[in-house]
Amino acid sequence: MKKTVFLGALTVAGLAAGLVSAGTLDDVKARGKLNCGVTTGVPGFAEPDANGVWQGFDVAVCRAVAAAVLGDNMAVEFVPTTGKTRFTALASGEIDLLARNTTWTMSRDVDLKFEFVGVNYYDGQGFMVPASLGVSSAAELDGATVCIQTGTTTELNLADFFRANGISYEPVPIETGSEAAQLFLAGSCDVYTTDRSALAAQRANFPNPDDYVVLPDVVSKEPLGPLVRHGDNDWGDIARWTLNALITAEELGVTSDNIAEMSAGTNNPEINRLLGSEGTLGEMLGLDAEWAKRAIMSGGNYGEVFESNIGAATNIGLSRGLNAQWKDGGLIYSPPFR
Amino acid sequence: MSSTTQTRASKFSLSMLINDTRYRSTTFQVIALIGLIFAMGYLVSNLLSNLADAGLNISWRFFGETAGYDINQMPIEYNNQMSHGRASLVGAVNTLIVAFLACVSATILGVVAGVLRLSNNWVVSKLMAIYVEAFRNVPVLIWILIIFLVMSNVLPQPREFRGDAAASSMWFDMVAFTNRGVYIPRLVLDDLGWVVFAAFGLSIIGVFAFRRYARNLLFNTGRLIPTFLPSIGILIIPTVLVYFALGSPIGLENPALKGFNFKGGLHLRLSLIALWFALAIYTGAFIAENVRAGIQAISYGQTEAAAALGMRPGRIMSLIILPQALRVIVPPLISQYLNITKNSSLAIAVGYMDITGTLGGITLNQTGRAIECILVLMLFYLVISLSISAIMNVYNNAMKLKER
Ligand SMILES: N[C@@H](CCC(=O)N[C@@H](CS)C(=O)NCC(=O)O)C(=O)O
Repeated sequence: MKKTVFLGALTVAGLAAGLVSAGTLDDVKARGKLNCGVTTGVPGFAEPDANGVWQGFDVAVCRAVAAAVLGDNMAVEFVPTTGKTRFTALASGEIDLLARNTTWTMSRDVDLKFEFVGVNYYDGQGFMVPASLGVSSAAELDGATVCIQTGTTTELNLADFFRANGISYEPVPIETGSEAAQLFLAGSCDVYTTDRSALAAQRANFPNPDDYVVLPDVVSKEPLGPLVRHGDNDWGDIARWTLNALITAEELGVTSDNIAEMSAGTNNPEINRLLGSEGTLGEMLGLDAEWAKRAIMSGGNYGEVFESNIGAATNIGLSRGLNAQWKDGGLIYSPPFR
Repeated sequence: MSSTTQTRASKFSLSMLINDTRYRSTTFQVIALIGLIFAMGYLVSNLLSNLADAGLNISWRFFGETAGYDINQMPIEYNNQMSHGRASLVGAVNTLIVAFLACVSATILGVVAGVLRLSNNWVVSKLMAIYVEAFRNVPVLIWILIIFLVMSNVLPQPREFRGDAAASSMWFDMVAFTNRGVYIPRLVLDDLGWVVFAAFGLSIIGVFAFRRYARNLLFNTGRLIPTFLPSIGILIIPTVLVYFALGSPIGLENPALKGFNFKGGLHLRLSLIALWFALAIYTGAFIAENVRAGIQAISYGQTEAAAALGMRPGRIMSLIILPQALRVIVPPLISQYLNITKNSSLAIAVGYMDITGTLGGITLNQTGRAIECILVLMLFYLVISLSISAIMNVYNNAMKLKER
């Protein structure tokens, strides 16, 4: 066992070096499939549906990239990762892209050597408690037992928050979100803490959602976004601009309904550049002219992806808030397609 | 003499390294060793150069950096402002705690089950057979999860102990079984509390001394003196006397419900209990088989001979069978202890913060120093395993059949 771990580590190191130099785009094309790291299951963000087809807000990013690169948004091999395994999976080359509500932090970017290609959800850490506990603010949680997922920023923020407030807690470290939800429902912990979007998503799928409340406190900034390895900037560009294409499409009013008509050419040059009827943006990425069109058609523009997976009409019911377009007072903003 | 040596030496030629059976095996061993060294060297240099290519390097600095995370079970002083090194140490102590608890309980369980399996009572022996077969044929990880899930879903929450018409209540106001673990009273020592423990320690030594005396008396003079009651007396009476003489310097602190949780007392967390029990009952089943094999290795003729000499069954077991059986039992017991220690790394499944959870889990994840963490982790388990083997080998040598 120990020997295998060691040899495993050696191979991991070997692979990492091998893949960085090879060019991820060529690898993905040769393989005909995009290996995309997702969660082990968070409703609305990434979860297989009844037919085993992965669905969700993060999954949509994987599908859009696959559509842009391979022309088929189903050509994705989803690799479920936990908070702990995700970075090893990405560093070792097991996955080409990680889209797993991962917070963009400086140390992950600089020290772990990953490249965050953007933010697809601006979030913050929150707390969920049973309504019957009668707690109305996180500052009242002195002495509480708190379920957390290990290997997350959540874990560190939690320690900071309680230290800053001079109160104590008992951490119960857990590997996956579903196990954490189970223990929380069984009352093995008083509080469940993670990103507020994930709290809302999990709460919506509890048997009695109304018995649980998400406290108003937001104790951290959690910009969640997809990421790739350091060292292959071309691949990073493809992921970044695929996400930007979805965002720009919403800003410019390109939707899955009108995209067929618009791609024939419009009188807005930026739409034309985005959809490939004008300019050579796709070529610059090493893709064809219609890459962005396919990415947008995969699940709709950013707004459509949001609304159909986690928006107000779904049972998760998140409002756009910070994640509205900049024109509408939110933070979602793409650099121009030019 | 010297002339023959010389002739031999003069006759030695290189081809003999291969053709002469006296040298051949050594030659091949040396070649294999050199090959192995090169292979390892290649792997290590490959690792280092690939790491360098990927822009990563081996660095141990993170051990001194602030850990930033909290650990629930802290047998030694720790807070989230301490270093990753300190957090690893907390994990290491937690590993040792659960390994020790599980080794002791597995041994007790194993010996009892192993002896009872040979019982003449059909029901008892079959029950033990069922225990052994059921527990050793289901993976230990499954047992850990079963115990954890059952306890977290069946036992009451601390809240249910609240109020006048509480749904649950503590046992004798001392012990609370909750789905967050079991809270038991804790010993609180006054200034002189240690004296009582010292007295108890001396009593234990006294018991051994008394037993040795009784044994020598038996072997030298054939006189058999009772040992059971006197042993218990030696064990308990001085300690009790010292305790009261010093005015009860040891008190009990009972757990009590305060806020969200029980406070005070000792908190045996669910994760510890699940891991400990699962390792104990799982490994206990293997030890039971070792014990049974050890006892059955002693030919039945010896029992009959002893009985013919008029010895009672209990004495036959303790004087004739067990001393010989231990020779057979101890070596496999060592590997069971090693298994317990290594299997304790499954702690991660229930969030028990052992060294795999701290150093190999959170620290590894937060710092990204996978290679360094895994190397240290391997070294830790290696050292612990080798120490257990060493200690048990000393014991084994002491128990060996002494041929006269
Ligand atoms: N944003 C935080 C936390 C991410 C996280 O692990 N979120 C949980 C929320 S439930 C999750 O996705 N769990 C799903 C799983 O365990 O597979 C981070 O990047 O460290």
